[in-house]
Amino acid sequence: MNAAPHIDVRDLSLGYGDFVVQRGLDFTVDKGDIFVVMGGNGCGKTTLMRALVGLQRPVGGSVRYSGEDFWSAGAETQQRLKRRLGILFQGGALWSSLTLAENVALPIAEYTGLPPARVDEIVAFKLALVGLAGFEDFYPSELSGGMKKRAGLARAMALDPEILVIDEPSSGLDPLTARRLDELIMELRDSLGTTFVVVTHELASILSIGNNSIYLDSESRTMIATGHPQDALKNGHPKVRHFLTRGGTL
Amino acid sequence: MRGAAAWQLEVRPAPVDIPDTLLVVLGGRWRIDQDLPSADTLKARLAAPVRRLGFDASGLTDWDSGLLTFVAGIGKSCADLGIAVDASGLPPGAQRLLAMATAVPEQKLAGRDGGAQGTFARVGEATLEFFRGAPQMLGFLGEVVLSLLRLVSGRARFRARDLWLEIEEVGPRALPIVSVISFLVGLILAYLGADQLKLVGAQIFIADLVAIGMVREVGALMTGIIIAGRTGAAFAAQLGTMQVNEEIDAYKVLGISAIDFLVLPRMLALMLMVPLLTLYSGFIGMLAGLLVSVTIFDIGVFEYYTETLRALEFKQFAVGLSKGTVYGAMIAFAGCLRGMQCGRSAEAVGHAATSAVVTAILLITIAASIMTIVYYQLGI
Repeated sequence: MNAAPHIDVRDLSLGYGDFVVQRGLDFTVDKGDIFVVMGGNGCGKTTLMRALVGLQRPVGGSVRYSGEDFWSAGAETQQRLKRRLGILFQGGALWSSLTLAENVALPIAEYTGLPPARVDEIVAFKLALVGLAGFEDFYPSELSGGMKKRAGLARAMALDPEILVIDEPSSGLDPLTARRLDELIMELRDSLGTTFVVVTHELASILSIGNNSIYLDSESRTMIATGHPQDALKNGHPKVRHFLTRGGTL
Repeated sequence: MRGAAAWQLEVRPAPVDIPDTLLVVLGGRWRIDQDLPSADTLKARLAAPVRRLGFDASGLTDWDSGLLTFVAGIGKSCADLGIAVDASGLPPGAQRLLAMATAVPEQKLAGRDGGAQGTFARVGEATLEFFRGAPQMLGFLGEVVLSLLRLVSGRARFRARDLWLEIEEVGPRALPIVSVISFLVGLILAYLGADQLKLVGAQIFIADLVAIGMVREVGALMTGIIIAGRTGAAFAAQLGTMQVNEEIDAYKVLGISAIDFLVLPRMLALMLMVPLLTLYSGFIGMLAGLLVSVTIFDIGVFEYYTETLRALEFKQFAVGLSKGTVYGAMIAFAGCLRGMQCGRSAEAVGHAATSAVVTAILLITIAASIMTIVYYQLGI
């Protein structure tokens, strides 16, 4: 293994056309981290996520995975780096014409030469892991929002990616389901060593699962804090403490 | 109870002899469903000597946001003129709500010019938009061609079931509407021809006209337009909704080609089914021609039949089928292009569907003209 950090973001600027959403983002994510990207609504959290997973070219700066720059790499390298990533979109983004089992099976079938029976076993296990055993033949439109999200996680984990990027894991989930999801994230980190980048503004999640974080500020359009969320809560930037205590300080 | 249904408003200097302080006296009922005065009515009173403004709401019986908007309007005018506002005379609840409304200053957002645009500006925008669209269209065309090449070399991946579903949706389910339209168009062609051919006493050539017209040209065109409205719009709406749900992004992140997976089966389905529907359409059109000739213009069934057979050469079928295939490709291209370009809202999906039909019909018309000229030059 090389010594380069798992994910290394340097001087990243994000924007749409002339409009810059965030600039000067610098952070590293180590293997096994649960890295939380926090910030208020509309501060550019999702845009950052899209730049990390290769969906939106940043205006400037670099995103490196184990030292390899994603955005200046050729298509083949990008493809190889993408295979190390799994992603859970905000609404689950399940493929609507496929059943749950087919949704989870597609990435596996696409990238491994496993026989169908073996794929089915893996699919059943992944769905059971997110509490959806028995829903293999359901279509996404037949599920509730929370179930879609969990099924999306099962699909994201299908290939046991090294890095799982999750956009708003607990939005739209009841507190107990949200907590189960948090526990699942921590368990996957502990048992498989998966690295997580979690985009969220759910305070309970941030404080209980995160061990590193950045805070994106929508006014100054840059990050104003980085580090363990608990530290940020105790002696971080006033704005971050304000955020983490629902406006209780300041 | 003094006039509970009415609002009262009085503006006077207060205390009486200090001209730089105004007191707004509010009384009665200030509710949003009433015909309340606008804050602008006070503007004239906020002229030069006034430095401070206060409220007296002791006569107020009932209020809601009707009162708040009025007071907020005054507050805004005062802020512009540098007049200090003392809200302490208002009911405590109103004071708190007004404080909340002014807590976050108005955002001056970049790139949001709300001003109405002139006609020229809009024409310019539309023109630029059109030229920006052209490279996108070519880029998409390139991707589709690459995907077709992958298909030919056996490396494109999509699910056979998707292709079958699309074929079923595009083909058999379109039969009723294609039948009706083709029958009526065949009928019109027969009448049109009969009218002219009667002049030279050559009514039997109705059969030639209808057969060649339907098989070679009209069948493909009518089928193309029907399928553009029926299936092209559906493709755009399906892919557009997938775009909204981030499903297309999910393909991209996994490195699975959305073009192979979503566009290719739709493209193939249309390229297979539109020519077949064209053939069917020609047949129905000829049937209509036969019906009109036999019942109205006294031509025998057998006579019409042999004349039709004489008129129809293989090349007519070849022309019709080739046009059908090209139109099918155009419809799938337009539908999938607009779907993939779709924005992330419900409104954008509707726009994509509309735009898909317009683009498809435009492309069909252009292709029809080019092919007609080329076939004529080639003597086919």
